[in-house]
Amino acid sequence: MNHLAKLVEAPLQVCAHVAGMPVVLDMSGALYLPDDQLLIVSDMHLEKGTSWARRGIFLPPYDTRQTLAALGSVILHYKPRMLVFLGDSFHDIGGAARLHGEALGDLVGLCAAQETFWITGNHDPEKSALLPGNSCAELGIGTIRLVHIPGGSLVDGGEIAGHLHPAALVVGRGRAVKRRCFVTDGQRMILPAFGSYTGGLNICDEAIKGLFEQKSMVVHAIGEKQIYSLRFSAISR
Amino acid sequence: MADSSANDLLPVTFQRWFSARGWAPRAHQLELLAKASDGKSALLIAPTGAGKTLAGFLPTLVSLSRRPKKRLGERPRGIHTIYISPLKALAVDIERNLAKPVSEMGLPVSIETRTGDTPMHKRQRQKLVPPDILLTTPEQLALLLASRDAADFFGDLEFVILDELHSLVTSKRGHLLSLGLARLNTLRKGLRVIGLSATVSDPLELCRWLVPQTADVSRAELVCVTEGASPEISILKTEERIPWAGHSARHAMGEIYDEIERHSTTLLFVNTRGQAELLFQELWRNNDKSLPIALHHGSLDASQRRKVEQAMAEDRLRAVVATSTLDMGIDWGNVDLVIHVGAPKGASRLAQRIGRSNHRLDEPSKAMLVPANCFEVLECQAAINANYVHAQDTPPVGDGALDVLAQHILGMACAEPFDADDLFREIITALPYVYVDRDTFDKMIDFVATGGYALRVYERYARIRKNPDGKWRVSNPLIAKQYRLNVGTIIEAPVLNVRLVRQGKGIKSIGGVVLGKVEESFLEMLSAGDTFFFAGAVLRFEGIRESECYVSKAYDEDAKVPAYAGGRFPLSTYLAASVREMLANPEEWKRLPDQVRDWLEIQRDKSVLPTAGSLLVETFPRDDRYYLAAYPFEGRLAHQTLGMLLTRRLERAGARPLGFVATDYSICVWGARDIARMVKIGELSLAGLFDEDMLGDDLDAWLAESWMMKRSFRNCALISGLIEKRHPGKEKSGRQVTVSADLIYDVLRAHEPDHILLRAAYADAATGLLDIQRLGDMLKRIKDRITHMPLDRPSPLSIPIMLEIGRERIKGEAEEDILREAAGMFAAGGTPA
Repeated sequence: MNHLAKLVEAPLQVCAHVAGMPVVLDMSGALYLPDDQLLIVSDMHLEKGTSWARRGIFLPPYDTRQTLAALGSVILHYKPRMLVFLGDSFHDIGGAARLHGEALGDLVGLCAAQETFWITGNHDPEKSALLPGNSCAELGIGTIRLVHIPGGSLVDGGEIAGHLHPAALVVGRGRAVKRRCFVTDGQRMILPAFGSYTGGLNICDEAIKGLFEQKSMVVHAIGEKQIYSLRFSAISR
Repeated sequence: MADSSANDLLPVTFQRWFSARGWAPRAHQLELLAKASDGKSALLIAPTGAGKTLAGFLPTLVSLSRRPKKRLGERPRGIHTIYISPLKALAVDIERNLAKPVSEMGLPVSIETRTGDTPMHKRQRQKLVPPDILLTTPEQLALLLASRDAADFFGDLEFVILDELHSLVTSKRGHLLSLGLARLNTLRKGLRVIGLSATVSDPLELCRWLVPQTADVSRAELVCVTEGASPEISILKTEERIPWAGHSARHAMGEIYDEIERHSTTLLFVNTRGQAELLFQELWRNNDKSLPIALHHGSLDASQRRKVEQAMAEDRLRAVVATSTLDMGIDWGNVDLVIHVGAPKGASRLAQRIGRSNHRLDEPSKAMLVPANCFEVLECQAAINANYVHAQDTPPVGDGALDVLAQHILGMACAEPFDADDLFREIITALPYVYVDRDTFDKMIDFVATGGYALRVYERYARIRKNPDGKWRVSNPLIAKQYRLNVGTIIEAPVLNVRLVRQGKGIKSIGGVVLGKVEESFLEMLSAGDTFFFAGAVLRFEGIRESECYVSKAYDEDAKVPAYAGGRFPLSTYLAASVREMLANPEEWKRLPDQVRDWLEIQRDKSVLPTAGSLLVETFPRDDRYYLAAYPFEGRLAHQTLGMLLTRRLERAGARPLGFVATDYSICVWGARDIARMVKIGELSLAGLFDEDMLGDDLDAWLAESWMMKRSFRNCALISGLIEKRHPGKEKSGRQVTVSADLIYDVLRAHEPDHILLRAAYADAATGLLDIQRLGDMLKRIKDRITHMPLDRPSPLSIPIMLEIGRERIKGEAEEDILREAAGMFAAGGTPA
């Protein structure tokens, strides 16, 4: 646990448990499993800009650049032994082929620093051959299953997933603040989207809250300077 | 005008029609006809009730009556006259009013409306067989001009009539309209444009707006109808105590009710929809005699509003509580009293609202102002003085917005391939766009084509491309469809339908009537069981299903009032100056109620009264905190900006500021250190604190992070087509923008801070939300003229703003505090698993 104590520089990170295994929640939206030195990043939606451009919507073409920069610094910080992309890493299946030369080089470099796994998502059901690493539909780490779409059985262990882009709506002082968040009930955890242009689904939506044991449901909302941990019952409406 | 010339101008049919009714054409109607017959464009400025509509259409009707009959086999003629008004309802109303003289004179004239409600088959038929007169809105004009047959459709156009022009020109709708007008002038040389307007502060500017700004012709002719009898305006003389703060005027409800009883029909104006709901509730609480009193504001369902208007027209109502939705439009002759609850904020707005009563020029309108607090008494008195001298304070037209230009460029490409040189020459003939240089225009074309980014990765997806002949065309039909779905400049805050269901069933109910729309941002803060005032009732929030909010009837005196985006006008510069003068001149106080005069006299004893040109700054301690109150009277927006900037500067000076509050009249900042002492020992200089240079780096640094920039950016992104309101195939899901504008803003600012859309958003925020120009003028005015009064306790003048502390919220700030507080509750309840 010494290793963990050094990593958790509160309040930038928060420590929690999934199926008994310690996990570190990072401000960037990434999740770190210290026991296995494993870093998980979900829903990067790279090349969303160029994907939308095909239908005449020109978002600023800097999303990939920004997301990769964030990825680079989180990898540098944790220096993991293993990196897992939890699906929807690209906004569509041709995304990797559209990567700017420089961006492709950066991403290949980032993947090569450790063993890398690409879990497939609904947006990117196939891994591009341009990128190093292994492709799989799900991955088991101890008793925890890593998978893109949440909702699997928890009989044999825990689940860490993405896909839903959870966001918490916190009401106070007559106003509402919406923030990306991690959601967990101790058995299942859903990661926020890591990408620059990924919006959020309110965790009060049945699609999210229905997946959790509501009594033990905890929400870790990502603020400007720290992560705020909230009991779901306090923000449920 | 002499009879002989009237006879020459007016065909016999028309003369007979007038005399059969015992009428004679009015001088301004003939004058306008004469100018138009000379081939000139003209602006008619007249108060309501002056026969403005008939005057506007007379040249058209005369011209049509003289047009040779269509020969057999001749191609269908294009439209002869297009009439554009800001309100759909007005177009429909005009159709009815115009049909009467046309049929009575037996003129061969077809009149039709075209609005968002016009069915598809009728629109298609209108393209094939156009009516002589088309009545429509600015958005529909943009759509017509963006269609492939625009040149044919408008090929025979003679007249353009623009109604309620004063209300259009200062908005982005007006910018779009000005660009459309420039195009019409290209399609049809010698086009005559007739503008109809209420009184404005600069009529000549409006005359220029009407015509192409080329070297030779610079402005339209002006026809003015002098105001009739001066209105009788009074301030309600209340027996009650006038409150220091607040906007409800609850103290005067009984007296307002008495006035309603004494008159046959009363129009009650307020400044916001929230105030309308509250006033309506209060009046019904007092309504012992069950007088028919109705409510009318922009969030109510259209069918409910039509019902109220209908009842009003049929003289079945004794009073209507309304917001600016009734500022213009349908004429009601029977209103014999206008009551304005709360201060009118601008002299011109007050004049227009008063004009809603007694639509006969020769009789004075009757109006009463009900100030809701002490400062509003001063403001109301200033407004009354202004109305007697017919002062006007409508804002200037201002520079056209670049996001609107982007939308227009795409529309022009949808119509037919355009040459960039030609289009540039065309758009700079529109008055709001005279300022645009070629480089900016080319940047906008680039923006429309591929987003205009320095990183050029979207070339192969370009929305518009250059043909070999150098003309720009749309890349594919889908782009044109996208344009049509997203045309227009009205960006509404996301709203949900409010549907009334039976209690107990919650969101599982089916059916129920739609009451109107409420902002999503308000509804998402409610929990099931919360109550709020809406549509004149107390409603219980049941829940949200899809894009609807379900409510049931409830009884709760402490219900919330929906917070509506925008809607509050700041105090006009003109009224602000009058209030300052009134304060400085005790002679003027004689007209004020005793209790207000007393208040000013005590202020004079305990502190000082600011002179007209100076700025009074008071400092005083209270409950372990130190306050700084200043009285610039420059309106809430400029004061908010000032508050943000003062707080930053005080922070830097080590005064440890804790918060601020701004009203239309004053600003108050408080902190943990004694500001008066800091000034005394030379640690802080008030002249330095209020120095103009705060509008430099401080402003930029604060603004970039502020919610105001984000909101402006969102609007610009939607109007310019960077993001869509609606996407082909998903027309119905208009509730949510498909990607968060805030995320785009952050990325764009980080990677391309000079992008043209950020420039557009900054320009918008600077004028619309921050009033930077006004703040700058004020800082210049008070330079070296600050009067500092260190006091032991709050002064009488500071009491109103001290009472606002804690009441007013500063939007967008302290978001982290909200999260921290919510997390704090969690920590108190235990630690995470």
